[in-house]
Amino acid sequence: MLDFPRWKVIWLWFITLTCVAAAIPSLTSTMGLSWPTALPEPKVNLGLDLAGGSHILLEADPAQVRQQRIEGMEESVRNKLKQDGKDIRISDISNRDGALTFVVADPSQVDAVREAVLPLTNGAGLTGQRDWDINVVDGNRFVLAPTEAGVNQAVTQAMDTAVEVVRKRIDALGTKEPTIIRSGPTRIVVQVPGLQDPQALKNLLGQTAKLEFKLVDTSALPSDVARGIAPPGSEIVPFISPAEGGGVPSIAVKRLGGIRGDQLTNAQQTNNQQTNEPVVNITFNTDGGAKFAKLTTQNVGKQFAIILDGKVLSAPTINEPIMGGSAIISGRFTTESANALAISLRSGALPVDLKVVEERTVGPDLGADSIRKGMIAMGVGTLALAVFILVTYGRFGVYANLAVIINVLMILGIMGIIGTTLTLPGIAGFVLTIGAAVDANVLINERIREERHRGRKVTQAVELGYKEASRAIFDANITNVIAAVLMFAFGSGPVKGFAVVLMIGIATSVFTAVTLTRMWVAQWLRRARPTEIAL
Amino acid sequence: MKLLKLVPDHTNIHFLKWRVPFYIISLVLMAASWGLVLTKGLNLGVDFIGGQMIRVTFERSAEAPVSTLREEVGKLGYGEPIIQRYGKPNEISIRMKLPEGADHEAALADKMARTITADIKKNHADARIDGVDSVSGKVSKELGWDAFKALGLASLAVAAYIWLRFEWQFGVGALFALVHDVTLTLGLFALTGMEFDLNIVAALLTLIGYSLNDTIVVYDRIRENMKKFRKMPMPELLDLSVNETLARTIVTSLSMLITLVALLLLGPDVIFGFTAAITLGIFVGTYSSIYMAAPILIWLKVNPNSFVPTETALEKQERLARDGA
Repeated sequence: MLDFPRWKVIWLWFITLTCVAAAIPSLTSTMGLSWPTALPEPKVNLGLDLAGGSHILLEADPAQVRQQRIEGMEESVRNKLKQDGKDIRISDISNRDGALTFVVADPSQVDAVREAVLPLTNGAGLTGQRDWDINVVDGNRFVLAPTEAGVNQAVTQAMDTAVEVVRKRIDALGTKEPTIIRSGPTRIVVQVPGLQDPQALKNLLGQTAKLEFKLVDTSALPSDVARGIAPPGSEIVPFISPAEGGGVPSIAVKRLGGIRGDQLTNAQQTNNQQTNEPVVNITFNTDGGAKFAKLTTQNVGKQFAIILDGKVLSAPTINEPIMGGSAIISGRFTTESANALAISLRSGALPVDLKVVEERTVGPDLGADSIRKGMIAMGVGTLALAVFILVTYGRFGVYANLAVIINVLMILGIMGIIGTTLTLPGIAGFVLTIGAAVDANVLINERIREERHRGRKVTQAVELGYKEASRAIFDANITNVIAAVLMFAFGSGPVKGFAVVLMIGIATSVFTAVTLTRMWVAQWLRRARPTEIAL
Repeated sequence: MKLLKLVPDHTNIHFLKWRVPFYIISLVLMAASWGLVLTKGLNLGVDFIGGQMIRVTFERSAEAPVSTLREEVGKLGYGEPIIQRYGKPNEISIRMKLPEGADHEAALADKMARTITADIKKNHADARIDGVDSVSGKVSKELGWDAFKALGLASLAVAAYIWLRFEWQFGVGALFALVHDVTLTLGLFALTGMEFDLNIVAALLTLIGYSLNDTIVVYDRIRENMKKFRKMPMPELLDLSVNETLARTIVTSLSMLITLVALLLLGPDVIFGFTAAITLGIFVGTYSSIYMAAPILIWLKVNPNSFVPTETALEKQERLARDGA
């Protein structure tokens, strides 16, 4: 127990000094000193509650992804049947109620349709399930329903894309060191340190930026449109503001035959040269430009609607074909909103709407105040504790105090090395660990005291003290680990940070309070060979 | 150097003599805590009921103008605010329900935060907005459920661990002591109306870990003594174990309290409730390890033979042979 060969001593000091050295950059930065850039800089990150900043939790609705898939399927089926050229007529198409249904006019063609539709589905998941269920009811009515596995797969893909889009948009804002991570199947956590006014950020993330160009259905009666009734094949879309529609709140547009504004190479906020009103100038890529040219060429003289996220920005008349591959979007923007739209269009549309379900913003002063007070509390607490332990245990108290100080530095160092974040409750975790870390030494020292009273020799008493106390120390720490692990598993942001500090603290306190002090005591015993110890 | 000795060397206090009255007191306190939690309720923060919380510090005032603020914010048409001090008298939190429909339209919650903060800044020049938290109803329900799961699982997991390392009676005893500590802490929160948020759940989880330390130390000694003194009656053995570990219990609890009191008085105000919960828990935990966790072993009839390795048939043969010889 008390035998420490040289290699072991060197090894223990190596671990200790490495971890302590790693704590230096964190300490110097708190004191406002600079750190040479040539050296590695393992620094503890400050959580949002200490550094100030914004935490935003975004959530997507899987039902929307499902509906998008159904609408996409409708288009695929129509195109496929058109391409096959077998003159198959379908009617009574509906994409409502969670499935795509349509009737094949000639029941003898049901098998041909099934053959045409089947390649449009894919495998989903590992169970050999497909992403769509195809059923035929009443002899000739097809029911295409997306399976759960298919929807889940689509949601996963949509969220992966969404994270990328969110990242591009936040980068475009020029904020530094944002954290963007998936959280569960339908959520994204965005954390931006130092950001005080998350409004611009939220405007940017709240905009799906799905841009569409659709032809206006002029056959619709204004009275029907006002009541929300669209002619077959059309839909009612509201204007972004009634003023844009000339006092009319919404307009009927043809559901199919439009194009989407996602094939862009650039989008810029500029000002309209005549009116000086902020507008967004978009540039299509080759494919998108060709489609746009075709749409405008075939529909000269007709009115088309520019729709952003389900709202009509404007509905101009096509005066002449637009061949240049670029277009100007106006829509009563402010400079900020035009700029936000330009960024959103450049970064691509979000595959699914994201909603803010949780938001936490912390001012910078509160955090600085908390760090300062936390440091003071830690200093005073440690000092008072050190005095108490010193007068209670004498020499053994010095060892215990040394262990506590090394423990604090090691926690900081390890946090820096693994790059964890220090949060406000984490500071409390720190202080708590200091109080709890001496417990191991108290247990050991009391035990040594007891063994001495039973008449054991010094060396034997020390040895037994460490051995007998270790059991309780071990069991007690395991229960702390259990609590910390569950805290980490179920906690959110700051609480997770606290759990990490606790876990690191448990590990380092056992190391410093048991292993290191034992080494020191053993070395002292060998050197001084005391026959009596003050305890 | 003369060392400080808080506890004399050979104490022989009959702790267990008072076990029945102390159990009754504890049970009454627990019942009172539950009664308070159920009737008065916990002052749940936005983490658990959803809504918006704005933290404000009035930098040049000794005390926050709570009643003026309540009137001003109340006039903005978002309902009655709950305004509470935390930490210093000039630091307050304002809590509001989210406006109708905010679950679908996040902009509504935004507008509310902007209106309220703008109004406060306009009326009070020294107001510093320290933070705004908005939590939707859906997220708050999940946070609440997660907290409940974490507390439940942690309690059961540590009890199971103790059962594994000791005997089932010890597991039950530890679980009981734990429920006792957590219940009394909840009772304090219900009584004082301190805000109960996610951080407090973290504090309770920490408490589960640390209040068990004492219990484990006492149990460890009981196990050791049960092996040593097989014929000693249980109450006497428990008294002996508690007395033997008394010095350690006092010194450790004092150490924890020294650091916690420093944190409570000098530390960040935002986590005052958090520190208060842990401090009380440590205090109660020390008591419960002596008066809740130990006596229950008598009533659950722990058998001193549980910790003696069972004899194999071969060993028995050898013993009989030895004895017979």
